Amino acid sequence: MNEFKQLSWQGLWKNNPALVQLLGLCPLLATTATLINGLGLGLATTLVLIGSNTTVSLIRNWVPNEIRIPIFVMIIAAFVTVVQLLMNAYTFTLYQALGIFIPLIVTNCAIIGRAEAYASKNPVGHSAFDGLMMGLGFTLILVILGGMREALGYGTLFAGANLLLGDWATSLKITLFETDSPFLLAILPPGAFLGMGLLIALKNIMDNRMEALFAEKAKQKIVQRARVTAES
Amino acid sequence: MNFNLASSPHQHIRRDTGQVMRLVLYALIPGILLQTWFFGFGTLVQIMLAIVTAVVTEASILELRKRDFERNLQDYSAVLTAVLLAISIPPFAPWWLIVIGTFFAIAIVKQLYGGLGFNLFNPAMAAYVMLLVSFPLQMTQWLPAQSLAQYDHGFIDAVYAIFTGYSQDGFSLQQLRFGIDGHTMATPLDTVKTELLNGLTYSESLQLAVFDSSLYSVNVAWSWIGLAFLLGGLWLIKQKVINWHIPFSMLAAIFVAATVMSFVDGDRFPAGIFHLFNGSIILGAFFIATDPVSAATTNKGRLIFGAAIGFWVYIIRTWGGYPDAVAFAVIIMNMAVPLIDYYTRPRVYGHKAGRREAKSSGAKK
Repeated sequence: MNEFKQLSWQGLWKNNPALVQLLGLCPLLATTATLINGLGLGLATTLVLIGSNTTVSLIRNWVPNEIRIPIFVMIIAAFVTVVQLLMNAYTFTLYQALGIFIPLIVTNCAIIGRAEAYASKNPVGHSAFDGLMMGLGFTLILVILGGMREALGYGTLFAGANLLLGDWATSLKITLFETDSPFLLAILPPGAFLGMGLLIALKNIMDNRMEALFAEKAKQKIVQRARVTAES
Repeated sequence: MNFNLASSPHQHIRRDTGQVMRLVLYALIPGILLQTWFFGFGTLVQIMLAIVTAVVTEASILELRKRDFERNLQDYSAVLTAVLLAISIPPFAPWWLIVIGTFFAIAIVKQLYGGLGFNLFNPAMAAYVMLLVSFPLQMTQWLPAQSLAQYDHGFIDAVYAIFTGYSQDGFSLQQLRFGIDGHTMATPLDTVKTELLNGLTYSESLQLAVFDSSLYSVNVAWSWIGLAFLLGGLWLIKQKVINWHIPFSMLAAIFVAATVMSFVDGDRFPAGIFHLFNGSIILGAFFIATDPVSAATTNKGRLIFGAAIGFWVYIIRTWGGYPDAVAFAVIIMNMAVPLIDYYTRPRVYGHKAGRREAKSSGAKK
């Protein structure tokens, strides 16, 4: 059970794919103009992560080491195709809004990173849970960043929730303020970079605070993780 | 008794940062006065708003960063940034525009990088670009020269227009922009750019109302303001606050580029003088590109830095989407400053020139 707790902590905060590993920045920065877009892409990525981690873990004993990367990529591509077709069928407008970034999940380094660093070395249950937690950590940041940019840029939150959740969700839309001139910087890519930088800074501040608070406890056992730092 | 040991150079320091910044502010005064004279009191209101925002932002961020804000505020750099931004935006732009811009300049561009001396980019220009990209409509609502305006506006009107969008008598910003003939007027740069795109030649577009040769036309107004900034800038050079290298090479580059292109095809490319005295070239050359923090630091580097800014301005003005480009050019060249500084390091006294190349080739082996 401790392993599961550890995995959740790593995925959601300590080794968060977006904030700490800085993986998958391309979709992260490109699709978070609104909260719902971020949520949609985050959920799609989570599904792919769970699927690919599970499969990679299942076949890990039969895959020759030399050709593991192409095999992982093929597995990931298969799951991305499944998710893409599902979104095309059930959330068509969102599918159009996210556009190229759904197929591009294949190239999201967070996914191949987890397959390589964790799933190919660990049992199925742990790997699937790791995929879920890493995916949720990624989704969390996508949602926060999307929310920040949407609130600043358009003055709304949850606009277009019906694209993802069905017609009843139209009433979820919250209007924070009315504006005739949207704050374009927040919506355009520079705003994503600025917002991302601020989020990372915020996380570092919180880490420092926590470290100061639990100064003695921090000296206890530290789990060593393989950390993938390369970005596609 | 306390003997302070100081390392060389044993020179008497004549000015601290605050004094330098104040001198630059004084040098801006003639230009600001003329801008107010031609385009109404909006500029002054914007400057006040900007200064208040800048000082409050700077103080609170310094407080957050646990720095001594009394000492840091005394260097006047925040005030200078605020003033530069305020005179670059349209006089009657809504109040939140300058507040957002100044906050961005001080908090994000300057303090997040570590405060004065550590910012990569010129804060005022980065904020200007941010505003121009984010709020293109509000950032291009320039006024006609006051004597040509259909409706007079005084100081109170300026305050009303900036805070509510309407003057005291209820004229909207759009109405305030009407010239005497009931048409709104673009800036000369904008006009020429649009008309050239519409197929007019340069000399034909100079016949338009904007270029009315009377003493108070928009074109003449901008040229007078440019001259006033030129005066202030020359005074700064005389006071040795700035070096002549950046302004000179920037102006020369624009003039040369414009003249050459205008010889190539005088119908499509405006003359050199037109480029120099329109838009924010003079202001940019003397007050913005010379920012001691974000500009190149060696004399040779300064020449390159200024010339490159000039070329960028000309390229963006001529083939780009925006009528003016000083801010973009300065930002682009700010990024190149570390490179320029690296390659133009002066020879250290007592060492031979070209030692760096010898050393680096030696290191390869």
